[in-house]
Amino acid sequence: MPDPQRRTVMDEAAVRRALARMSREIVELNEGTASLVLMGVRRRGVELAEFVRDEIERAEGVRVPQGTIDITLYRDDLLTVGPRPVVGETELPPEGVDERAVVLVDDVLFTGRTVRAALNELMDYGRPSRIYLCVLVDRGGRELPIAPDVVGREITVQADETVEVRVPRLDGSLGVDLVSVPTEAQ
Amino acid sequence: MNRTASSLGKDLVGLEHLSAQQLLTILDTAEPFKEISERRIKKVPVLRGKTIVNLFFEPSTRTRVSFEFAEKRLSADTVNISASGSSVVKGETLVDTARNLEAMKIDMVVIRHGASGAARFLAERIPSNVVNAGDGRHEHPTQALLDLLTIRDNFGRIEGLKVCIVGDILHSRVARSNIYGLLKLGAEVAVCGPPTLLPRGIEQLGVTVFKRIEEAIAWADVLNVLRLQLERMQAGFLPSLREYNQVWGVTSRRLEEAEKEILILHPGPMNRGVEIDSDVADGPHSVILDQVTNGVAVRMAVLYLLAGGEPERAEDAKQGGEA
Repeated sequence: MPDPQRRTVMDEAAVRRALARMSREIVELNEGTASLVLMGVRRRGVELAEFVRDEIERAEGVRVPQGTIDITLYRDDLLTVGPRPVVGETELPPEGVDERAVVLVDDVLFTGRTVRAALNELMDYGRPSRIYLCVLVDRGGRELPIAPDVVGREITVQADETVEVRVPRLDGSLGVDLVSVPTEAQ
Repeated sequence: MNRTASSLGKDLVGLEHLSAQQLLTILDTAEPFKEISERRIKKVPVLRGKTIVNLFFEPSTRTRVSFEFAEKRLSADTVNISASGSSVVKGETLVDTARNLEAMKIDMVVIRHGASGAARFLAERIPSNVVNAGDGRHEHPTQALLDLLTIRDNFGRIEGLKVCIVGDILHSRVARSNIYGLLKLGAEVAVCGPPTLLPRGIEQLGVTVFKRIEEAIAWADVLNVLRLQLERMQAGFLPSLREYNQVWGVTSRRLEEAEKEILILHPGPMNRGVEIDSDVADGPHSVILDQVTNGVAVRMAVLYLLAGGEPERAEDAKQGGEA
């Protein structure tokens, strides 16, 4: 059933093209795949990181290590939002992150607070030589001085809209939607 | 995603009044906390700026240290107060002690006390979160939670398992919390021990009573062997330790007669050669040290879940969406 509140701004083909280009940009920025590690930010960043890894493998013939990062315990809003009963697990690749070029992969960059939390958590695991930030959608609205290195698409979002990224395992399809949210009923 | 704040309420006094869903929430939350203790930097900032007082009116090493590790690994600031060497020995009442601590702006109290009901008494009188670390013969909820987690780790489930608690059930808050928790999660529960150390009417809780340890072993998937408190001897409940071991001891000879593998738990500290033999305690089916490891994770989960804001504020904050 079509949802009048929901408008697709990137279909599957558009997302795949963006991810393919982003993968090339990562390799270019890093001047190769040496010491690269992909860290998908839970939850949707995990699947996006898998796409990026597959794209890099297709282009470069190298399967770069991949991990996942759950930032729940590093959020700055526990006391206002309350605890999340579901705390996910952070899994480092066996290589770890020391002296690695770590690529944080997330779906949407908004306030930058998730990235701040992920940076703090990564630093607790070790000392990466470099951290890149790779996001499928930059929707603006930053509250912290954080900038992405690789962006799929910049999308301007109205005050009553949010961006939702769909990924296959969690959502059944791949794409990006703009969803208008009635302010009172969220 | 379920984002109900403070899904446990303000305090953890016991398992008797928790729902199965709340128990599972604690166990599920404990899973990711296990990994933090494996990290090089064993610390996450989630309780940064929170002050927790460990108020121990009874001697305890294991439980206090376990709580303290849990608190520190969540970045809380902790203060330990034990009965000896504090104003408690000068005659201050429990409430006065707690109110004085409150006046120093604390956020949580972990209390161990010899009187049943002490944790609830305190919880009803101070605004801080209260966690019961054992009150008299009443409950020791975090011990039972770590037992549940350890059992679930080994079987992948708790429902349908046969768990027998062995030993001094009468004086045991560990037994009581275990019985509540196991029954809520669908296990079959039995107790086994000397008749002088079984509370009258225990069957009414929904547990089976075995009069011989051999019968319990033949029935059970899991034995939770309780510590025999040696002062019970003076009180005339038991004739001798040697006889206790001969009649009720969990020995490898008795376990070999069962034609299955039985998981062995013990809350510690053990009296080797009394309630449990060394070769059982150190044997392949003993998960006694896993219990200790899980204790830290479970306590981290409880502190984390209790630390959340009030539900109304959580609802407000949800409107802001997440970044």
